[in-house]
Amino acid sequence: MQKNIILAGVGGQGILTIAAVIDWAALNGGLEIRQAEVHGMSQRGGAVQSHLRIADHELFADLISLGTADLILSVEPLEALRYLPYLAPGGRVVTSLEPFVNMPGYPAMEEILSELGKTDRPVLVNAAELARQSGSARASNMVMLGAAAPFTGIGTERLEAGIEALFGGKGREIIDINIMAFRLGQQLSNT
Amino acid sequence: MNRQLLLGAEAVAQGAIDAGISGVYAYPGTPSTEITEFIQRSKEAREHGVRSSWSTNEKTAYEAALGMSYAGKRSLVCMKHVGLNVAADAFINSAITGVNGGLVLAVADDPSMHSSQNEQDSRFYGKFAMVPVLEPSSQQELYDAMFHAFELSESVELPVIVRMTTRLSHSRAGVVRRKALEQNALLAEYAPDRYVLMPHNARVQYRHLLELQPLLEELSESSFLNQPVQGLGPVGVIAFGIGYNYVMEARLAYGIGCRVLKIGQYPLPRPQVNELFEACDTVLVVEEGYPVYEELFRGYFGSSKVRGRMDGTLPRAGELTTDLVAAALGVEPPARAAVPGIVVNRPPELCKGCGHRDMFDAINIVMKEHKENHVFSDIGCYTLGALSPYNAIHTCVDMGASITMAKGAADAGLSPAVAVIGDSTFAHSGMTGLLDAINDRTPITVIIADNDTTAMTGGQHSSASGSKLVDICRGLGVDERHIRLIVPLKQHLEKNVAVLREEFDYDGVSVVIAQRECIESAAKKKRRAAATGQ
Repeated sequence: MQKNIILAGVGGQGILTIAAVIDWAALNGGLEIRQAEVHGMSQRGGAVQSHLRIADHELFADLISLGTADLILSVEPLEALRYLPYLAPGGRVVTSLEPFVNMPGYPAMEEILSELGKTDRPVLVNAAELARQSGSARASNMVMLGAAAPFTGIGTERLEAGIEALFGGKGREIIDINIMAFRLGQQLSNT
Repeated sequence: MNRQLLLGAEAVAQGAIDAGISGVYAYPGTPSTEITEFIQRSKEAREHGVRSSWSTNEKTAYEAALGMSYAGKRSLVCMKHVGLNVAADAFINSAITGVNGGLVLAVADDPSMHSSQNEQDSRFYGKFAMVPVLEPSSQQELYDAMFHAFELSESVELPVIVRMTTRLSHSRAGVVRRKALEQNALLAEYAPDRYVLMPHNARVQYRHLLELQPLLEELSESSFLNQPVQGLGPVGVIAFGIGYNYVMEARLAYGIGCRVLKIGQYPLPRPQVNELFEACDTVLVVEEGYPVYEELFRGYFGSSKVRGRMDGTLPRAGELTTDLVAAALGVEPPARAAVPGIVVNRPPELCKGCGHRDMFDAINIVMKEHKENHVFSDIGCYTLGALSPYNAIHTCVDMGASITMAKGAADAGLSPAVAVIGDSTFAHSGMTGLLDAINDRTPITVIIADNDTTAMTGGQHSSASGSKLVDICRGLGVDERHIRLIVPLKQHLEKNVAVLREEFDYDGVSVVIAQRECIESAAKKKRRAAATGQ
């Protein structure tokens, strides 16, 4: 088993929280992990990405090769498109539909949707709406993780255990909201 | 097997803690910051009294680390590649004095310049100083290499460099820890013939350093960081540091069976290198950074055997990837999608609500009133003032250069001559430049953007902010009437513009301190207070 996952977003959107849950689940499942992050200047509202690789055998490179990503998980729709050269044939794009506009020239949503539509069965998520349903607008990243869960190669139970572990210090209510968010996201990909 | 998921930088930190350091000294700089931050957060480090607060700059950090080593204890000093330029004087000369307790310099290079102004290769410094350099290829190797580095440093009595690059420093993997070592006891010995670098001592010490070189080579031959990988065929690869990962990944992905020599400890192990060159018709040199060893292998008159960055087999600049290495080994790139044309760039920007925004608004208004409106600036979040919509600064070269470049331009006749520098950068390298201006009575205005933190690297403690900055400027000799405090807020715009206008017009050294807490640090403080219920 080997999964190459590109996590994409804008600096400050918290894609590393998603990475941390997958990391926890993979580590506890005895898998090998490499997860490259972007720190520094780009974190100030620039485009950020994380290369996450998990496998049941030794991994060497911290970076994913072009054309080999099984999944692009983006918390911003334009950012999902930025990394398409990494997508493998048959790889899947799961993205939030909420634009983060902080630069001139941001394209029209129809154009973005049209480009996303050219990929293989893209999973398009109204993450903010589902997060609110789960009890907190801040849980949108867990909605996104839920929607992408079937493509991560890691079982739902283990991912939920990862959420429990990661949010454990914040009390039962926060954990439950994030688990709920995860499940609402997951229903999108299961139906 | 209990694995901890660590960034490369954190593996260095955990390795150093477990290898028994008594202190870490550092100035923040991407991609090295997380080493020191990890030690600052580490419960074990705290329990063992490992000192870990931030230094004013890389030079003070390096010298303090050398002092701790002099006293017999193990010390770690961390910086980014360009930070080593600042510490270079201390570093190069510490190879002449040698060390007592183990002294390890962890330096993180930034090829492709993700957060830097150049992609200089710290291995050059290792060669320059003639000290051992370790370049591990994985997080686990980084951890293990820290034990090895301290042992090596104490056995040859030299500082040892552990070099890594952005991708390794900022990538996580599972790391298995070893049993931690005790710290060294305090043991300061009088050794003025080593440590007093007057010429008669330095000559002897330098000869000693030269005589050590064959031993250093020998130690590389048996290092666990230098390993041959069996293979076949006329093409061999010599893979340095993280370059090894891309070579092995390409081998695995495309079924390439070539010989590989993995290098992770310098000086080079001669017999292993000779063996590879003898067995192969061509050798691909895969280095992350400059073609330091490729140039050596080619020699002045060239060699038809060598492939690498210098003949275009790999690109001359920028970091490596599996794709680049695979292509260099003759693999056709697989089909891939293009980035759709509608995808525009998303450059970084100053945070919404950041005080620097209001400061630049005020500067821009006053600068427009002048025919010449150059603003010399520096390294920090406020460097983003160079981008649209502000386009407010016109230089950013190295730490502290805003003040000294403004001074030189003023000497040449430029008026107004304005510098914009952050509080932490001012403490790092701005004070001496300001003293030059005061001694010369140069008409410059220094705007210190004081947000009470080292913000760009994630909000580390600043060595000088608030009233300390005022005291420093006064102490250096700035006329008290021309040390002005402003608060960069929208509602103060008019007032701030008036202050800047007055000081730009003043014929002497003036300092305007724009004081407003970084909104990121303020938010962090609030979150922390909420979490602890205070």
